[in-house]
Amino acid sequence: MVMLDYYFRLGLRSLRRNPMLTALMVMAIGFGVAASMTTYSVFRAVSGNPIPDKSARLFTPQIDGWGPQQNLQNNEPGEALGYIDAMALMTAHKARRQTVLYKVQLSVIPGGNRDLPLNANGYAVTSDFFTMFEVPFRYGGGWSTRDDDARASGIVISDVLNQKLFGGADSVGRTLDLGGHDYQIVGVTSHWNPRPRFYDLFSTNGFGKEPDIYMVFNRAMDLEMRPGGRNSCRGSLSYTTWQEYLQSNCVWITPWVELDSPAEVAGYRRFLTNYAAEQQHAGRFNWAPNVRLRDVMQWMDYEQVVPPESRISLAVALGFFLICLVNTIGLLLAKFMRRAGEIGVRRALGATRGEIYTQYLIEAGTVGLAGGLLGLLFTAIGVAGVGVLFRPEIAKLAKLDPSLVALTFAVAIVATVLAAFYPAWRAARVQPAWQLKSS
Amino acid sequence: MDIRPILASLRRHRIPALLIVLEIALACAVLCNAVFMISQRVASIHLPNAIDEAGIAEVTLNGTDPELAGSDIPRNLAALRGLPGVQAAAVVSTLPLSQNNWGWGFGTKPGDALTDRSSRNVSMYFLGSGGDAALGLQVLEGRSFNDGDYADSHFDKSPLPETHVVLVTRSLAGKMWPGQPAVGKTLYATPHYYTVIGVVADVLRPYIGDANSPANYDAAFFPMSAAGSKGALSHYVVRSAPRDRDRLVREAEQKIADLNPGGVAHGRGYPEIRRRYFADMSSMAWMLVLVCVVMLAVTAFGIVGLTSFWVNQRRRQIGIRRAVGASRAHILQYFQTENFLLSTGGVALGMALAFGINVYLMHRYEMARMPWFYLPAGAIALWLIGQASVLGPALRAAAVPPVVATRSA
Repeated sequence: MVMLDYYFRLGLRSLRRNPMLTALMVMAIGFGVAASMTTYSVFRAVSGNPIPDKSARLFTPQIDGWGPQQNLQNNEPGEALGYIDAMALMTAHKARRQTVLYKVQLSVIPGGNRDLPLNANGYAVTSDFFTMFEVPFRYGGGWSTRDDDARASGIVISDVLNQKLFGGADSVGRTLDLGGHDYQIVGVTSHWNPRPRFYDLFSTNGFGKEPDIYMVFNRAMDLEMRPGGRNSCRGSLSYTTWQEYLQSNCVWITPWVELDSPAEVAGYRRFLTNYAAEQQHAGRFNWAPNVRLRDVMQWMDYEQVVPPESRISLAVALGFFLICLVNTIGLLLAKFMRRAGEIGVRRALGATRGEIYTQYLIEAGTVGLAGGLLGLLFTAIGVAGVGVLFRPEIAKLAKLDPSLVALTFAVAIVATVLAAFYPAWRAARVQPAWQLKSS
Repeated sequence: MDIRPILASLRRHRIPALLIVLEIALACAVLCNAVFMISQRVASIHLPNAIDEAGIAEVTLNGTDPELAGSDIPRNLAALRGLPGVQAAAVVSTLPLSQNNWGWGFGTKPGDALTDRSSRNVSMYFLGSGGDAALGLQVLEGRSFNDGDYADSHFDKSPLPETHVVLVTRSLAGKMWPGQPAVGKTLYATPHYYTVIGVVADVLRPYIGDANSPANYDAAFFPMSAAGSKGALSHYVVRSAPRDRDRLVREAEQKIADLNPGGVAHGRGYPEIRRRYFADMSSMAWMLVLVCVVMLAVTAFGIVGLTSFWVNQRRRQIGIRRAVGASRAHILQYFQTENFLLSTGGVALGMALAFGINVYLMHRYEMARMPWFYLPAGAIALWLIGQASVLGPALRAAAVPPVVATRSA
């Protein structure tokens, strides 16, 4: 222990001895680490798990309603369901919890002391939505399945909208006029905007603003509310009425089911295949069952949530870091070999190769530590400046939290020590006799 | 210059030599790909767009009653035309690069329907009366819409307009009817069909792919009457001289908001729409530039550091060479040639690596193929950097006096 401490102090002294070389190494490591960590912080944020405790239990079923001629690439079925299939899944109720949802856009009609209408974006969902996705509530709560069946006009609004409309007061029980229809507020959520927004990657890129409202799906059907998000259709479109639209092959509804065990997942997969087979027998599909059941992470991967900017910048930064490390190996080699004479003396006085090796690795560690400190500074600047690089809704996800600080140091030190293996080994192989003779 | 002694010496310093080669190779690979990505983004940001970008101010109006559009829209437009400096005003469904896209599949044969393999996805623009002039569309062939075209068009139950005329962009015309005049041909989206009455210069879609995407200009323009627009017309376009634009953004927004107390009005100039659309790309490009500069600096300093170390190690040998007759120029040349050899090895490896990375990116992320000249360009850049960074240490080596040879080392 005493020796390690001594080597550490030797390392610090040596850093001061050739400041140019030291500065070069520390700067290289600092820049390399900072570039990698800044881009990694963004990457981590956009590829992170938005609902870690349940992501493996939430699945989105897909059913091929288009056929091989009109499917997406690689015969992938549509990324959402049409009304017929969505309703069939709901009616069958083969999962403990299940919901269907689609994006709606409404405007809040002026009332009280507001004279300007507001746009309100949100989702038409079913009652299980709130329990499945663990939506936190400030006031009240979601609605019951009975309200689903009763096609009720209950509505859940966000904290933000509640603040705008009611100044943050408990508004449960009050009435809201949306697009000319009255709704009863049953709940107010706390801030809830999981990112990426795994539950609606069909209509969004995953990083939108927090939705304002959640309304009863069946109520939206009664009001014939057209999807406010994406709608994807195939073949000749002949629908003219709402009913014909519901019967068409257009997909616009995202279904989710909660399945607790592998057995349930297998069972549900079987159910989906059987359902598609039945549709084939009935003549509605004239192709073999083609279904998917992806969980949250698989779904995010399939929908390519991570923006290409994030991936590319991470790759470029890693390439840059690698160059910095190669550079460090070279500079450490130069630095260590310059002291061949000193090593020779120490070896002649009885130091073992192992001791020389340890000493120089520790010296490299001190370089890594200094590089880490500098890297931390640059990372802090980088994370603060990341808003310049990415859209604000993504940029604000990047944070310099304790885990990132720890990672910055760990990466800097480990990488430098790894880089020092070869230079330290060369230093330890210095022949004492040769060095002593020539000086 | 004889390179054999250099090679012999490099063989004795295999690892440091390898490190320089590796560093140059990696730098070359990253540089080529990064510069290519930068150029791709710059090309996207500057994609041409045949509307009067500099002169367009836009106000979007949401939350009004579509049933009243027939009277609201003419009233709003009359008010906008009354603002000082306004040359034209109209209402349209969306603008290029606004991200608000309405795409549909069209074919060239009767019976072609949406998303059959033979049909092509086209972005639809609906123009209220005078929309062609307000946007500054450039008609290349045929004619633009007349008053009758505007008045006759409306939406019924279908998402396609009930009209029989359409304007297409030159790119779309070229793809739909290659080598033939497009005017007079018909676009089909059964049961609807539209006769091409004119071809306009290329206008971007509201939502585009990357710079090389062939579909960026696949757009078609349809006339639309105010009364039959069913809420599809919500973007008011005000055209003026560029110097009046920003003032008109504010005045037009105010005017529209005053006239439509139930609606939400939001105004912006067209340059802002373009800037917003490409904001990610331009910041990405700047980051790549920054990384490249720092990376090249690190590489250069690395070469300086290693060569200095080398020079120091060889002071005695240099002294001996000077003592037996080598000139300063010889010593200088020695280190420059040595660096040139290492750089050559590095860029050869680097070009292969750059090509490999590009192929991987093409395969995995639908990146475009890098034009071949990026490789030699990157190689030359690193050669130059190598020579520039070796100059300092090499000059110091050349300055080693012959007398060093006589001192005991």
